Amino acid sequence: MSELPLRAQLAAVLGKGAASLSRATGRGDGSVIGGRIALKVEPDLLAKLARGRRLALVSATNGKTTTTRLIAAALRELGPVATNEHGANMPTGHITALSNAPDARNGVLEVDEKYLPRVLRDTNPAVVVLMNLSRDQMDRASEINLLAKKWREALALSETHVVANADDPLVAWAGMGAHYATWVSAGQRWKEDSWCCPECGGHLKREPEPHWECPECGMRRPETTWAVDNRTDAVVDPYEQRWPLRLNLPGDANRANAAIAMATAAAYGIPPERSLPRLQEIRSVAGRYTSVVTDGVEVRLLLAKNPAGWLESFAVLDPPRVPVILSVNAQIPDGKDTSWLWDVDYTVLRGRRVFVMGERRTDLALRLETDEVPFEVADKVSDVITRLKAEQPDITKVDVIANYTAFQQIRAAYGRVQ
Amino acid sequence: MSDTSSVLRIVWIYPDLLSTYGDQGNALILRRRAELRGIKTELVRVLSSDPVPVEGDVYLLGGGEDRPQILAADRLRSDGGLKRAAERGAAVFAVCAGYQIIGESYGDDADNPLPGVGILDVRSGRGETRAVGEIVADIAPELGGGRITGFENHQGRTAVGPSAVPLSRTVTGVGNDGHTEGAYQGQVIGTYLHGPALPRNPHLADLLLRMRVGEIPPLPPSWGETLHQERLAAAL
Repeated sequence: MSELPLRAQLAAVLGKGAASLSRATGRGDGSVIGGRIALKVEPDLLAKLARGRRLALVSATNGKTTTTRLIAAALRELGPVATNEHGANMPTGHITALSNAPDARNGVLEVDEKYLPRVLRDTNPAVVVLMNLSRDQMDRASEINLLAKKWREALALSETHVVANADDPLVAWAGMGAHYATWVSAGQRWKEDSWCCPECGGHLKREPEPHWECPECGMRRPETTWAVDNRTDAVVDPYEQRWPLRLNLPGDANRANAAIAMATAAAYGIPPERSLPRLQEIRSVAGRYTSVVTDGVEVRLLLAKNPAGWLESFAVLDPPRVPVILSVNAQIPDGKDTSWLWDVDYTVLRGRRVFVMGERRTDLALRLETDEVPFEVADKVSDVITRLKAEQPDITKVDVIANYTAFQQIRAAYGRVQ
Repeated sequence: MSDTSSVLRIVWIYPDLLSTYGDQGNALILRRRAELRGIKTELVRVLSSDPVPVEGDVYLLGGGEDRPQILAADRLRSDGGLKRAAERGAAVFAVCAGYQIIGESYGDDADNPLPGVGILDVRSGRGETRAVGEIVADIAPELGGGRITGFENHQGRTAVGPSAVPLSRTVTGVGNDGHTEGAYQGQVIGTYLHGPALPRNPHLADLLLRMRVGEIPPLPPSWGETLHQERLAAAL
């Protein structure tokens, strides 16, 4: 990016210095502080750094970080890729990502849902990737109907190409604002936020799955060209060719993420035979799905921040004999309101050994008691392992589902595992 | 309970429109606390495309975003079932957006007044600021008193009219207007304590049950009481 104006170059360099300092002092990974300093020096920096690149913006309630990682892996077929892989998904993080890769012609940026219209305007991306919208941290986030409306309006003002999940009515409605779209049938397990037509509020007819339409105004699911087939673990491309996925990331949610990533790669001219092998190499994303082995027990870490995420996590739990630890905090990044725990159905955990942890474990305890799921209270993962080993010396696996800061605490206890 | 059966019918109104944050919790706890006392229950989920049954015992309404709130109010008014049920003496527990629409009037996103279902004498509009956070309030002595704890997240401000009485006085948080929280009129209760207000306040759940089944034996303390105490301690 040697053609950057001097002021923008200076801003980018200053930002990088602050980022190194942040990492060296152990205060963070540097993505946010670096961008913040750079923005002070040059407010238009994001637009300047984006100029001349082919960027993909990725937004959703769940799966942003993973899908960004998958797309970045696929785009490396074309050379270096600028990306915010640490999940710093606001403009400061985007600036850091782009300044760190001055020569990358292609880039993929995870974007916080609320910031998408602004980042879309500033970066003029080639592609906008939209996966799902559901209730999440409503004490600090916008209402999702309002978010979808803002996405739709911002897309209508741009010339960008949308790659979106047609099976999520709110996302599809937002994506329909764009002039160009690739529709993916990526599925939707959590439906509690999309019973109503985003256009007129009518009660949507949602059968046969994945079809949906509004009997009142006629809004309906767009025709798709890509589809996930969870039953056979495959993606079907626009030429009706089936691609067995065999990912190293678990669950339907990641099959959806992979299908979206393959469709996005195709928009960059990368066919499935070249994108898919790169997706298959990914085993964990910023600690998510990582296993750590402690005291001879494999502990798998699953991050889930909201009801839709918990539902997906329950679906990837190992067979019933594997115990599960649930950990919930309610700090600012988690949302201070734990009401969402009541939106999740826990009865699927019956028959499994369940432990509750975290600052809001009493909320979890009452929730499980109400669903008649037996559980035990714990302070730390290591205490659970000790307890389990004492009773059952041959135990080999434990799953952990935690929300944001609870996940980070557990991850930190095992040395910020990747 | 209904004259026709010995089953306590819990009617959850419009989970497709009014279920923003954990509203299911109120239905689940009512059912559990009834069944632990040997009372049979039936939980009826009424979608906005369906008629509201009149023969329920306890009706629950949850929170919702602006547009679903308006749709829910329109449908409830044209359906008429909830109003008839309330006139028959059913208990109603309405939260947040649901609280506003069972009143005489409520405000849309531009604060234009819209007509409510009219079973609770309150009028709601929009405040200058959003009230978000833990709330603690003391229930009216006529309802047995006691402290309630909850989480509020709303921009509404509600004036309680002469036919209704404030449900509680706020200790911390905003509620109706910074002084009182919620309202009741006969067996109809409205509150800004969103989502799982009844799980966090077992005595409030029992108050609703008593309205329909008369005296009920106490239950041994459970995690509900622990959570109640813990949230009170955290907020005060």
